[in-house]
Amino acid sequence: MTQDVVLAARNVAKSYGAVNALKGVNFDIHRGQVTTLFGENGAGKSTLMKILSGVIQPTSGEIILDGQAITFDNASHARARGISIIHQELSLAPNLSVRDNIFMGREIRGPMGVDFAEETRQAQALMAELEQDIDPATPVGALRLGQQQIVEIARALSVDSRILIMDEPTSALSASEVEVLFKVIRDLTAKGVSIVYISHHLEEALQITHHAVVLRDGTMTAYAPRAEIDLNWIVRNMVGENYDLGSPPEVTFGAEALTVEGLTLPGAGFNLVDNLSLSVRKGEIVCIYGLMGAGRTELLETIAGRLRPSAGRILLEGAEMGALSIAERIETGLALVPEDRQRDGLVQTMSVGQNLSLASILSFTRGLFTSRRAEAAIIDSSIKRVTVKTSGPAAPIGSLSGGNQQKVVIGKMMATNPRVLLLDEPSRGIDIGAKAEVFRLLAEGARQGLAVVYSTSEVGECLSIAHRIIVMRKGRIVAEFGPETTKEEIMAASGEAKAA
Amino acid sequence: MSQKSNSVARLLLEARAFLALIVIVAVFSWLSPNYFTVSNFLVMASHVAIYGILAIGMLLVILTGGIDLSVGSVLAFCGVMAGAMMQGIELGTSVYYMPVWGVVVLTLAIGGLIGAVNGVLVAFFRVPAFVATLGVMYVARGLGLLQTNGLTYNNLAGKPELGNTGFDWLGFNRVEGVPISVVVLVVLAVIFAVTLARSAFGRWLYATGGNARAADLSGVPVTFVLLTVYTLSGILAAVAGLVLSSQLTSAGPTAGNSYELTAIAAVVVGGAALSGGRGTVQGTMLGAFVIGFLADGLVIVGVSPYWQTVFTGAVIVLAVLMNSLGNGSARGR
Repeated sequence: MTQDVVLAARNVAKSYGAVNALKGVNFDIHRGQVTTLFGENGAGKSTLMKILSGVIQPTSGEIILDGQAITFDNASHARARGISIIHQELSLAPNLSVRDNIFMGREIRGPMGVDFAEETRQAQALMAELEQDIDPATPVGALRLGQQQIVEIARALSVDSRILIMDEPTSALSASEVEVLFKVIRDLTAKGVSIVYISHHLEEALQITHHAVVLRDGTMTAYAPRAEIDLNWIVRNMVGENYDLGSPPEVTFGAEALTVEGLTLPGAGFNLVDNLSLSVRKGEIVCIYGLMGAGRTELLETIAGRLRPSAGRILLEGAEMGALSIAERIETGLALVPEDRQRDGLVQTMSVGQNLSLASILSFTRGLFTSRRAEAAIIDSSIKRVTVKTSGPAAPIGSLSGGNQQKVVIGKMMATNPRVLLLDEPSRGIDIGAKAEVFRLLAEGARQGLAVVYSTSEVGECLSIAHRIIVMRKGRIVAEFGPETTKEEIMAASGEAKAA
Repeated sequence: MSQKSNSVARLLLEARAFLALIVIVAVFSWLSPNYFTVSNFLVMASHVAIYGILAIGMLLVILTGGIDLSVGSVLAFCGVMAGAMMQGIELGTSVYYMPVWGVVVLTLAIGGLIGAVNGVLVAFFRVPAFVATLGVMYVARGLGLLQTNGLTYNNLAGKPELGNTGFDWLGFNRVEGVPISVVVLVVLAVIFAVTLARSAFGRWLYATGGNARAADLSGVPVTFVLLTVYTLSGILAAVAGLVLSSQLTSAGPTAGNSYELTAIAAVVVGGAALSGGRGTVQGTMLGAFVIGFLADGLVIVGVSPYWQTVFTGAVIVLAVLMNSLGNGSARGR
């Protein structure tokens, strides 16, 4: 068994000042097999991967490559030894073409400078292997997020590595693209390449992995080969207890809160939202499921007032919203929690408290000036309501974990006392514990008469607190289900290839 | 490094503009007996007033993540227009002389209008601030030259029989010994410091500069904020133009050349981030005084004006260097 281990971490610890990100972890990577690392946000997964790929150096402990202790000076040193990593955050230059991105920093040289023909040929071969119809000359910025992730993967594949670390490679991929990636992973392992895989998408990871390792609070809590484990085992070890994303709260629905009639948002050549009608009542929780590009984000952003529809009406408790600005809609009680919290949700230069109070400034402005006491009261109650773990309202927003940042964005919109709350992928990139808390918050809101609409690309999340599940495809509603439906039904309606 | 020395280092970084000011005052007081006197400080402060007023407007724009290169030209154009109005406006055969308060109001309106053009270009037409204000900088400078045919309006004191005296009040008079221009600077600084720290508009400004998309989705009227800051910057440039032409009792179209760069330098030395979202009026004021006191000090001790330019440049780079070091240690986790 030992000769199968190509790369191992022995008692590796890493601390930043007083914070121990890793507390003595042992980790084995087996030749030609997939090892998946599970753990909540902040459990130390990314830190461990950065150490194994030479991006950072451990405080103590050792790395063993092919049975010999080794110290990586930097990432290119590790890359020279055949270890490469696909980072969670895309590291592509959007202004450059797909080809130039794939070969960035490793350009193929010919006698006349860069050999573009050879690069193009290799890029085309990689795209064919990944079953993507992407022209290598396309600028990366023109691709949608999922395709950009494919380019990132292609770049890692273009280096012949022995060990490939993938940190959340599928977060923006559709089910069919995930299938292709898994096929590529199987081909690679058959050739003897070792894969380390990290994903929040537990079921998906279970399909591909040979070994499972669970991290919690910087220590390894469990290890087992695939044959001995199941989803519950992982979750139990990740959070230390059984978890539940909740069930639809028992509420008697009130009057119609949000009405959308014939909403159309034109796109290039087709409608991003196509003559869509929807009605949500007070206390009701509606989940919108669909693939990437199904029009979920566009629908929610149109309702919130960020995008202007070409036709259709939006009514909040019977009052026309169409002509109002985003600010006026928020004031009337229609609030959106956007999908990308870094880009659209948070102001990085502001503190936790200032972020929380940003959307409700006018409610604590007395005359010309803001009232510090009224603001502090709003911030305090928001921190308590959405249970943000922070050292205080003055802490920088960047000091929070992903899940807590998401709670700040939700808390910020909740502080405006909305009657209808729209949430675009509220669980994206946050761990199970935080997910459960977010859903608990939404259920709590619904009990008090809030109408909730959230979108998701994880089927499992449809079957939690939603009273009604709507499936979108190409800008239209193609199916509607009650909470007793099955995952298979939802996925079939969305046009997704059945997962293996 | 231990926690304690770390926090001392942090404090030094945060107070750097203040410390720099103390060092400058101490060094020049030692070099020249004339430096550390109340009258000299008041004279230097009245020089700083011009930059300081421009720098307040510049800070507002920079906080939103923009830049306003037009303020120097707007200052000159507004001064020229004020001069033209003081010299009398020809209406057919007769010449109309406006009272001074009318001149002041109209000049401020002209400054605001030019600022609003910047604001419309940036907020509605999405022209990058650098380009929009660069264009307006040239246009305003050109209009000023056209208005005077390249000449300077002299003798703006007005005549008692025309009822338009008092233009030199801004530049020459004193309240309890303090020049009016310094009083104007202090009043403006206090108003904008309180606005930034305590009003909804101030918070909107920081949010717009920190993340305009998130601010927009949180209901912040981003377009209104942008339009307002450029307009305010234009009005403040007009104030500076009035103060300058009043101090000189003349108005020339080439005044205020490269003042926009001095204003930017004051904002940067004062610890604001050019990327937006970070900075205070207090810091900017310190920055303006550091640059002003340094320049005047070098003049007083008789250093060549060429060296003055070198010193000013070095101070700016040093300040930004410390800025990036400070931000780096705060973020590097």
